[in-house]
Amino acid sequence: MADEPLKPYTEGPMHTTAPVIDPGLTFASVTDKIGSIVLQRKTPLGWFIGFAISFALFQLMLLAITNLVFVGIGLWGVNVPVAWGIDILNFVWWIGIGHAGTLISAILLLLRQKWRTSINRFAEAMTLFAVAQAGMYPIFHLGRPWLAYWLFPYPNTMGIWPQFRSPLMWDVFAVSTYATVSAMFWFVGLIPDFATLRDRARSKPFQMVYGMLAMGWRGSARHWHRYEMAYLLLAGLATPLVLSVHTIVSFDFAVGIIPGWHATIFPPYFVAGAIYAGFAMVLFLTIPLRKVYGLEGFITLRHMHNMAKVMLATGLIVGYGYMIEAFFGWYSGNKFERYMIWNRMHGPYALYYWALILCNVITPQFLWIKRVRENLLVLWLLSIVVSIGMWLERFVIVVTSLTRDFLPSSWGMYQPTQWDWAMFIGTIGFFFTLLFLFIRFLPMISIFEMRTILPEAEVEE
Amino acid sequence: MDTPGSAHHRHLHHTLYGVMAEFDTPTDLVSAARRTYEAGYRRINGYSPYPIEELSEAIGFTHTSLPLIVFIGGVVGGLSGFFMQYWIEVINYPLNVGGKPYNSWPAFIPITFECTVLCAAFAAVLGMLVLNKLPQPYHPVFNAPNFALATRDRFFLVVEANDPLYDHEAIVTFMKNLNATEVNDVEN
Repeated sequence: MADEPLKPYTEGPMHTTAPVIDPGLTFASVTDKIGSIVLQRKTPLGWFIGFAISFALFQLMLLAITNLVFVGIGLWGVNVPVAWGIDILNFVWWIGIGHAGTLISAILLLLRQKWRTSINRFAEAMTLFAVAQAGMYPIFHLGRPWLAYWLFPYPNTMGIWPQFRSPLMWDVFAVSTYATVSAMFWFVGLIPDFATLRDRARSKPFQMVYGMLAMGWRGSARHWHRYEMAYLLLAGLATPLVLSVHTIVSFDFAVGIIPGWHATIFPPYFVAGAIYAGFAMVLFLTIPLRKVYGLEGFITLRHMHNMAKVMLATGLIVGYGYMIEAFFGWYSGNKFERYMIWNRMHGPYALYYWALILCNVITPQFLWIKRVRENLLVLWLLSIVVSIGMWLERFVIVVTSLTRDFLPSSWGMYQPTQWDWAMFIGTIGFFFTLLFLFIRFLPMISIFEMRTILPEAEVEE
Repeated sequence: MDTPGSAHHRHLHHTLYGVMAEFDTPTDLVSAARRTYEAGYRRINGYSPYPIEELSEAIGFTHTSLPLIVFIGGVVGGLSGFFMQYWIEVINYPLNVGGKPYNSWPAFIPITFECTVLCAAFAAVLGMLVLNKLPQPYHPVFNAPNFALATRDRFFLVVEANDPLYDHEAIVTFMKNLNATEVNDVEN
């Protein structure tokens, strides 16, 4: 040992961080690579298979809705005392998934996180499509969905107005504002890329359609200046908006007096849960996507790492939420609250509660380990577990509290029917139908924003 | 003197929109824009495939009234959101809900907030489009050779013919000395 020659000390990095973008990329290659997915490359067979399956499930949704409107809401398993079944649960689940898109596109923009650039377009599309699914549930839950416009304040011959002290009215405004602002944000982000596609498209119809959507964008410095300002302001507006939306969704519960709903922790705990579920969905979608389309140079291991870390952090907040719920159940000294917690853990739906703890609190702890964050298959499976966990969370909140509230004489059990499931599976089909169309016809990565993070984009003084 | 309307111009079939120089890198474009601005030209514009902060500064375009428009949009949205609820719940259709006062303003805040954001967002998007005069299907710069690359990897600088100092020959010579790969006339 002693006679082994001493090696000079070389200072290396303590740990290496994967780059945000493959260092070999240029303006031209970024443009051509992302643009070609839409314009030139042969559509992969997998796209057709995936689209066909999604489209078939989408038909199931249409069937479920037609039947529901024709027969009535008795087709679903909802009844007194559980008037909000998995349909309201699915509303909350879908809208929560949507929140990651806004977080990535708006909040990470304000925080100047460059890595968001590769995934923001895709995540925003996911937001829009998830909100579209979410929005359908409360409308068809009305029983007479053809009168849904009564929710909006408009002068009418009946001489009546909505009741604005109700959180359900707040929800109408929050969700419709969220959908509108997300759509505008997404469209504004697409304008320069439409111009790129217009200039790169070979066929006349594509040139015409992208040309109309680009609205004559020509990359003028004056336009860019105002554009950047508009984009920044929209991000600043979308940030409190996204927090307000899930806060208001949680008010739907928290303003009620049902044990397990009437809690001040609900807004932050719902928002964290939404981001948690949303990032799980982004991971679930991007891991296969980057592989199929060869986008590893754009969506790197850095992104996977960061998203896994956000999932871990929000997962811990959600876990804290469960702990506080249990603590307050006990600490309140209120026997209905205490019974609610006991009922969650030991009642007829106890299996759901413990499955929720397993999916949402225990499983994500594996994300502390770097090797897990780097193993994409494991990460992908984890994202599925978290998505299921977040569904279970809403089941526990919505159903267990309603089945047993105050008087045992008014208790009752809840069982979703096949039409509840048909609607849920159908909305998954609709969601993926929209996503497949998006991937095929629009650039799934923001081309102009990718150009800004290239080394050659730097202006040397 | 060679000015617009002189013999040199009249023999052209189309009127001239301006002269366009083409660059390979953002650095070349920004330094060219600075020098053009310093030479006294004001009706100039740069075109790039992505936003370059230094470029809009170089052409002397640093102010936009968009934040003010968005602020006004937000204020209008917030006030109309609140007073819509106030008018309905207090004046036009008062309902006693759980003994709460008619003007139970804390319950009106969520919708007030949503209306603020909605109107401000509309103001941001529509304001940006209107100030940029978009949609605008036709613009002379699209006639320039290679301009399709302005949305890919090429950078352009235009001195418009209506600039007070405009002198065709002088500008072409000036731009050729700016590291431009090409200098072309742009017709209307």
